[in-house]
Amino acid sequence: MKDNLKWFAKNLAKGLRKKKGLMFVMLFPILLGLCSSGFSADVELIGAGATFPYPLYSKMFDVYSKEYGVKINYQAIGSGGGIRQLTNKTVDFGGSDAIMSAEDMKSAKVSVLHIPICAGAVVVTYNLAGDPQLKFTPDIIADIFLGKIKKWSDSRITAINSGIKLPDTDIIVVHRSDGSGTTSIFSSYLSKVSTEWKEKVGAGPSLNWPAGLGGKGNPGVAGLVKQTPGSFGYVELIYALQNKMPYGTIKNKKGNFIKPTIASTSLAANIALPDDMKVDLADTDAAEGYSISGFTWILVYKEPNYRDRKEEKAKALVNLLWWMTHEGQKYAEPLHYAPLSKAAVGKAEKLIKSITYKEKPILK
Amino acid sequence: MNHTIADVAVPTARSKITLQYKRVVSEASFRKILYLAGLSLLILLVAIFFSLVVASLPALRQFGFSFLVGKTWDPVRGEFGALAFLVGTLMSSFMALLIAMVFSLPISIFLGEYFRQGNVSTFMKSVIELLAGIPSVIYGFWGLFLLVPLVRALEVKLGVAPQGVGIFTSSLVLAVMIIPYASSIGTEVISLVPSDLKEAALSLGATRFEVIRKVILPYASSGIFAGILLALGRALGETMAVTMVIGNSNFLPKSIFSPGNTMASVIANEFTEATGSLYLASLIELALVLFIVTVIINVLGKLIIHKMSARK
Repeated sequence: MKDNLKWFAKNLAKGLRKKKGLMFVMLFPILLGLCSSGFSADVELIGAGATFPYPLYSKMFDVYSKEYGVKINYQAIGSGGGIRQLTNKTVDFGGSDAIMSAEDMKSAKVSVLHIPICAGAVVVTYNLAGDPQLKFTPDIIADIFLGKIKKWSDSRITAINSGIKLPDTDIIVVHRSDGSGTTSIFSSYLSKVSTEWKEKVGAGPSLNWPAGLGGKGNPGVAGLVKQTPGSFGYVELIYALQNKMPYGTIKNKKGNFIKPTIASTSLAANIALPDDMKVDLADTDAAEGYSISGFTWILVYKEPNYRDRKEEKAKALVNLLWWMTHEGQKYAEPLHYAPLSKAAVGKAEKLIKSITYKEKPILK
Repeated sequence: MNHTIADVAVPTARSKITLQYKRVVSEASFRKILYLAGLSLLILLVAIFFSLVVASLPALRQFGFSFLVGKTWDPVRGEFGALAFLVGTLMSSFMALLIAMVFSLPISIFLGEYFRQGNVSTFMKSVIELLAGIPSVIYGFWGLFLLVPLVRALEVKLGVAPQGVGIFTSSLVLAVMIIPYASSIGTEVISLVPSDLKEAALSLGATRFEVIRKVILPYASSGIFAGILLALGRALGETMAVTMVIGNSNFLPKSIFSPGNTMASVIANEFTEATGSLYLASLIELALVLFIVTVIINVLGKLIIHKMSARK
């Protein structure tokens, strides 16, 4: 490395002195780039995917790389992009808020593991004078987003919100315009609680919305909701907390009205979890759990031996995953993410232990 | 340092010949480089077109012409039609162009004819240039937080649905963004009108307004139109600022106040999360349609400019 630098400096000086060296001066940045990528002694892991857990991941990766000297480069390009990059085998791990579809799985060809890292919640938010604390039932939310409940003074809303005076104004529905994991969690909840929604609209990161306006990203939705009187939209819980937006309490499957909090989001995972952890927490069976919750996963190949990846790299990846699901969990709550429940950590451990290199398990 | 031939030339005849030969060679190679630069641009354009076509093949095969007339855009069911976005793009861009023209033409006349020099003119010119340099996301947020409430107040007065966002709002934002392009080219062309033409008209007793109307504007019309064309190209492709204020709803717009969507903003919104080959191909086909629309408008514009110049 040092010799290379000397060589560069010598040639650079020469290049500046003589015109013939001009080519070298022009090529210098390119050579420097090649050199720096080829000479890093530490193991570097590359990931791409979900934007939702990005603040948590960047905190975790920062701490981890300082402690263990493993450089981690995560690009928050969206869950869909993360799945695409993993399928193309250009990254070591992908991040996703959605479970990989059967079609995605088919194009990946080999088995991909879903390791849960934390849980997040989506809340419904609104703009009404005095910021009342409103209650909603699943069917009301679905019908508002279907455009069937048009006024705030609709008898179904007033019936469960006795004591709160609701105006006789139109409900202006606001949704995300960009494809996002938030929409994915929200629409899979609506599909579970309303058959009409399931048939007409369905679930996914981008939808054919039957009603309303679209805002780009959480800030776009929040901007529209904050300044449009009578609006009704959905954002991530973290975003509502950070921006002090009002949000509704929602009746869950067991009939309890649950206020969305970090605790009630964690509790949503208090159900019998499947071994592969490909579980949709929306409309959870947990009595104390908040309904519109979901895991966010890190996606890895079960056998991370592709495109000449060395065993050290696979080991570094497995160690990182172990750390994220154990020591790393303490960084979740300060950033308003719901940490994994004990049961979820147990399942994650089993999944991480099943990762192999040349068919030999990496962790024993 | 100024090298004249005498400076460089050395006494012996032989070296003189070598020098001359070198000059010829450098002349020829310089020309080759220029050709190459021009050609590479052309190749790039054709390559973009072909890669768009190839990448959108699955959607082209599946939907054919119905892609252009289909009204539904449903990523969940895999049904893609671009009509709403095509209409949204054209509506917002042309309305923005109309609004921008109302402002850019007077600005051009003011800076190109009345105040060509001096502090006022320099100040105004740099302000307009600054407008062109503001990142579009800032225009978007400005539109969302300042313009949207104003438009909503207007909509309440007019009695239409008070949503604030919509095609009208995005046209306003776009208009502010493209005024610099139309007006700076307009200014340039108007200031290039030969003064003997203007003086001749004045000597015949024309007033200043008459000179502008009958001499300057007809003479500069093709150049002004070229500026407008450039501005329109910018409006068609604008993404960030538009998507923040247009309302992003996938319905055919019913009026200028209804929310809509443009092709560029759909691509920007949905590309990151698009999985599935048909969905991706459809998004790329949107880009292809946008590309073709831009080409068509440019070709039409060039024809009009050609006709205008021929008339002179």
